[in-house]
Amino acid sequence: MLRLKRIQAVGDGVVNSQSQYLKVENLSKYFGSFKALNDISISINDGEFVCFLGPSGCGKTTLLRCIAGLELQSSGKIFQNGELISDLPTSQRDFGIVFQSYALFPNLSCFENIAYGLRNAAWTKVDIENRVDSLLDLVGLSDHSAKYPSQLSGGEQQRIALARAIATSPNLLLLDEPLSALDAKVRIHLRQELKKFHRSLGLTSIMVTHDQEEALSIADRIFVMDGGEIMQVGSPEEIYRHPESAFVANFIGMTNFLSGTVVDAKTIELGALQFQIKTDGFAKGDKVKIAARPESVKILRTKTKQSFEGKIVELEFLGSFVRLHISTSLLTDGNLLADLAIFEKPPSNISLGGIVNFTFSPDLLSIF
Amino acid sequence: MSAPSSISLPRDKSDQIGRILVLAYLIIFLCFMVFPLFSLMSKSMQNADGVFVGFQNFVAYSKEPTLFKSFFHSLFVASASTIIVVCLGFIYAFALQCTCMRFKGFFRVVALIPLLSPSILAAIALVYWFGNQGILKSFLLGNSIYGPIGIIMASVYWTFPHALMILSTSLSLSDARLYEASEALKASKFKTFLSVTLPGAKYGIISTTFVVFILVFTDFGVPKVIGGNYNVLATDIYREVVGMQNFQMGAVISIVLLIPALLAFGLDQYSRKRQASQLTSRSVVYVPNPDKVRDNLFFAYCLLITFLIVAMLGMAQFGALVKFWPYNLSLTLKHYNFEVAGLGWDSFFNSVRMSLYAAFFGTILIFVGSYLIEKMRSDKSLRELLQMVALMPMAIPGIVLGLAYIFFFNAKGNPLNFFYATMAILVVNTIVHFYTVSHLSAITAIKKLDDEFESVSLSLKIPTYKMFFRVTLPVCLPTVFDIFIYLFCNAMTTVSGVIFLYTYDTTLASVSAIHLDEQGDVAGAAAMAMLIVYISFVVRGLHTLISTLLLKRTQAWRNI
Repeated sequence: MLRLKRIQAVGDGVVNSQSQYLKVENLSKYFGSFKALNDISISINDGEFVCFLGPSGCGKTTLLRCIAGLELQSSGKIFQNGELISDLPTSQRDFGIVFQSYALFPNLSCFENIAYGLRNAAWTKVDIENRVDSLLDLVGLSDHSAKYPSQLSGGEQQRIALARAIATSPNLLLLDEPLSALDAKVRIHLRQELKKFHRSLGLTSIMVTHDQEEALSIADRIFVMDGGEIMQVGSPEEIYRHPESAFVANFIGMTNFLSGTVVDAKTIELGALQFQIKTDGFAKGDKVKIAARPESVKILRTKTKQSFEGKIVELEFLGSFVRLHISTSLLTDGNLLADLAIFEKPPSNISLGGIVNFTFSPDLLSIF
Repeated sequence: MSAPSSISLPRDKSDQIGRILVLAYLIIFLCFMVFPLFSLMSKSMQNADGVFVGFQNFVAYSKEPTLFKSFFHSLFVASASTIIVVCLGFIYAFALQCTCMRFKGFFRVVALIPLLSPSILAAIALVYWFGNQGILKSFLLGNSIYGPIGIIMASVYWTFPHALMILSTSLSLSDARLYEASEALKASKFKTFLSVTLPGAKYGIISTTFVVFILVFTDFGVPKVIGGNYNVLATDIYREVVGMQNFQMGAVISIVLLIPALLAFGLDQYSRKRQASQLTSRSVVYVPNPDKVRDNLFFAYCLLITFLIVAMLGMAQFGALVKFWPYNLSLTLKHYNFEVAGLGWDSFFNSVRMSLYAAFFGTILIFVGSYLIEKMRSDKSLRELLQMVALMPMAIPGIVLGLAYIFFFNAKGNPLNFFYATMAILVVNTIVHFYTVSHLSAITAIKKLDDEFESVSLSLKIPTYKMFFRVTLPVCLPTVFDIFIYLFCNAMTTVSGVIFLYTYDTTLASVSAIHLDEQGDVAGAAAMAMLIVYISFVVRGLHTLISTLLLKRTQAWRNI
């Protein structure tokens, strides 16, 4: 089970020298006439932690269930470790799975839940005991061996479910929204645990989630999905910094969308301004959308050549930063959101109704 | 978010086994429900020589005023009993759920006692109270108990717990937040009752109406014992078939009986579906506040009802022990010899055996069937078909099913003919007849299990059947026990289903009670009916004892 961790951020979604562990080729799945998965092709590397991220109904759970053999694809192939598995029944595939509901057997103790999969194979009683004890130790619940699931908190139940899933030493771990049913604080804690856990085992893992923050914080690579298709693949930073589509920009984090017209290779007409920004890949006269994260908005003390003007219509205190809602002619509907770190000494005119000057950090913008 | 499961091919071994089992269930229902009903229908369209004559028999039926009148008799007694039971039951259920009356537990238990007795017990007791030599005969002001009055009174007695169970469930679901809202709006108590309590129980009341109506409309035992010359559909079928050997007419009347029953069943299903969407899981349970006057009034009412129930039981027992009613009231056990029927205690032991078989095999069949319908991954359309079929027995009157069995299994050339006149046919008939209610409670219990248990188990390479025995069955054990006892008690008390199917070797207690009564040995009939009550009581007691002991071991995880 020991495995060297060979993870590194994979640039541009290109697979490097790492070995492919799981490969999905042209996978489609229909429910009646509804296309749940549309010609999906992905590959996942050995030891990688990936997230399928997307809004509900995007097909991420269906994709996971196809990999597990809990759904049958309408067409396409799945390879695991070079072997074609897409026509194998669930029981002949090599994976462990954790569900959102934990699905712990209520009438079995934690010990018996974890030992459940071991009671079949050629395991002796002593081996089972040792294995379960070490797993309980791993998830930090050694004291709870004899308890029933209903006596544990949600987070503890989830850890037992995890221990049960890896008890038989599968080579692939599938996590179906494992943290969604937990309280916010437990969720954040457990997500760190899960990451640590993955790092120590190096087990190839796929997690399905609709929570972008969770995906960003935990995954080596994220597969953003929508409408049964993969929208973008990349490291969390790539996905956040360089969304390739308006959907991804909008789904991951907060985003302001601005409309502009390309003037030349370095300029976009934005409102009344000639804004300086690289416009690679666009031709003169193209109408473009510019995605600007709230943190890419810089509040200026004075007017400059590159600055815009707006009126603060709402101030939202959000702990470590203040979010300004700025009414500006740049946006036809809605307000521009701008985050101002709380430690920055704010310009004196930051107050409700105040007129502010602002601009954007060009390298934090994405153009579509 | 879990995607709908719609695997189109059976892929795991358990999927394949599941498909074979579902097909086996469909074949069972085909052989023991659909085909027999089909032979009944074809019989109704044949003449005595077996030649197809279309609707000629139905035309003949409608031209026979005495037969046609029975239809309205059935309608009348069923409607009258339904109205009375719904009113009495609602007040009783209200007392149990919405007041702070004392001794609720006692009242609940006593009200359920009629479930343990055959329906004819009430009819026999009424004979002692109000019959020609009854002690309260004068109360009827010259009317005879043999007729609609007797049928309605006895029907009210035995359908009361059925009504009470549905009504008190629907009242127990009332949402406390609505009461608080009503109180906050300064509504009077009566107004609150009209605007909160009654609408909340609306579907329960509708459902009770249909259920009680079907029960009384299709009942055979009560009108047989106390109906006198007042014929109803069920007794007509019996007379045509057993008395006059006119099978065709028996089949015609069966269909006349079946159609309103099916209609009421359909309407009930429809209203239940509406109700399901009305309930929210976030409802807060309503806890009533004490109110001395109200609580005492309801206490008095419940006391009266339980007194009447006990009076019925008590009189039946007293009648069974009296030497020669009403002339010699000294006590004796001689009526327990059952000499008149000539079978002694055989029929009683047959009944116990039959009920144990029905309960044992029925429980397995019903629970596994429900599990397949709920938890199998493949063959969705087959499972939906099975679910639909499993609801049907509820709509089929026992006497119709019994007659259908004769036509089907006794037919020449039927390879299943060997089945006829055996204990097995009684067992199967009983299981099919009482299938639906148990099926629904099994479905409810299995629905509560996480849908992903099977997936987890498969991912851990443990076959589904092992998981069934390690998790599903132990978790659902309380429901399994309930199904067992439900089947047992009903098998002990049923008359209508088996009246055509028993033979000399397989007479049953409830049937011989009817025959004892038919032959004038009312005391013997009462003795037999009371024996059924006692054995049901004992088995129920054992059931409680065993389940408490066993559940303590298997359900330890529940109450921690």
